[in-house]
Amino acid sequence: MAGSLRALRRRIRSTQSTKKIFSAQELIAGARIVRAQARVEASKPYAREITRVLSALASSASLDHPLLTERPDARRAAVLVITSDRGFAGSYNVNVLRRTEELLSLLRQEGKEPVLYVVGRKGETYYSFRDRPMEQTFTGFSEQPGYTDAQEVGAALIDAFTAGQDDGDGGSGADGVDELHIVYTEFRSLLAQVPVAKRMAPLEIEEVEEFDYEREDREAGRTGDSGVPTSYEFEPSAEALLDALLPKYVTTRIYAAMLEAAASESASRRRAMKSASDNAEELAKNLSRQANQARQAEITQEISEIVGGADALVSAGADD
Amino acid sequence: MATLQVELVAVERTIWSGEASMVIARTTEGEIGVLPSHAPLLGELAPGGVVTIRTVEGDDLVVAAHGGFLSVTPTKVSILAETAEISSEIDVERAREALRRAEEGGDDPEARAAVRRAQSRLQAAGQSA
Repeated sequence: MAGSLRALRRRIRSTQSTKKIFSAQELIAGARIVRAQARVEASKPYAREITRVLSALASSASLDHPLLTERPDARRAAVLVITSDRGFAGSYNVNVLRRTEELLSLLRQEGKEPVLYVVGRKGETYYSFRDRPMEQTFTGFSEQPGYTDAQEVGAALIDAFTAGQDDGDGGSGADGVDELHIVYTEFRSLLAQVPVAKRMAPLEIEEVEEFDYEREDREAGRTGDSGVPTSYEFEPSAEALLDALLPKYVTTRIYAAMLEAAASESASRRRAMKSASDNAEELAKNLSRQANQARQAEITQEISEIVGGADALVSAGADD
Repeated sequence: MATLQVELVAVERTIWSGEASMVIARTTEGEIGVLPSHAPLLGELAPGGVVTIRTVEGDDLVVAAHGGFLSVTPTKVSILAETAEISSEIDVERAREALRRAEEGGDDPEARAAVRRAQSRLQAAGQSA
């Protein structure tokens, strides 16, 4: 009996210290969400401006840039998967990877061979464990991605895409790709993070925000009489500008996706850690109940042993 | 007096926004000064370029902008840069150090870009590169 009491106490202690780790993780993740959200916000002005500039260009330049044109016989499609470096994040990685699998089988149905680019150690482990080839992996920044990280990833993807353009639509075994897809977790709210798959190239410029801008300008009453698109001067030529801008636009989108994913990762981690520490507390409570019972049982037994012993002595004395 | 609404945005954050009387920048084609009611313009900033924003108070705000674009619309001027630093925030010692390191880096494109970045940083801080 004494042994089981000691074992119980040991388990309570270890549960409590695990709980401390969980709640520390929860706090860290909570702080990280706030920071990640701030970074998502901070990156928005640039994204908005570059979209606006691109839309302005798009209305002026002939749009035959390789990043914009659909390739008739697309054979290989790059898929960029954004996962986390660390676990402890609940179903975060599982969800992204599941969404990726869906996309991959869709691509295969369309007769395209998917090529994997993986961000995050967890995704890397997942695919290397299953012996699936990965073209390139990037790790070490999933929680706090910087723009330089996005540039590195973007450069690799755009290189592959440009290489794919040269290999013609025969597209045999060359290392280029004809499409770029991205799978990441969108941060809708603290409670909802949804894995999404998007096509990045050939790309469609999202013009929604640009529209808002024009209206804003009109409301300010500073543009001309109507919504006639402003005619721009270009320095250098519109085509050269498009060449310079499009890769940056792709990189910006990758960066935005990585920031969203980082916010989602922290949010899932916080949720997972919250339920883990709740569970640990529950467990500790149950265990201490058992421990108390065991302690009481032990005391009761000791008393009855003493009483039994005393009784035996008394009756032995009476016999004398 | 008419003023320009200027917004200087880097990828990771908005660096500066406010009213200015003039913006001076260098595009790949050459030096350009933008005054209020300038014709709409889109330009690519020269690599390692320096942008000067003359605020309404008459102060010059010198910025090292890397990998950027300049967009002038009737309502505002936006300067987009991959990274940008205001001269007052630039650590001259560090920039010199970076320049020295980058120059030792040899001839690959990466090192050359680093050299240009460091030079524009120094130039913006008013030091000779």
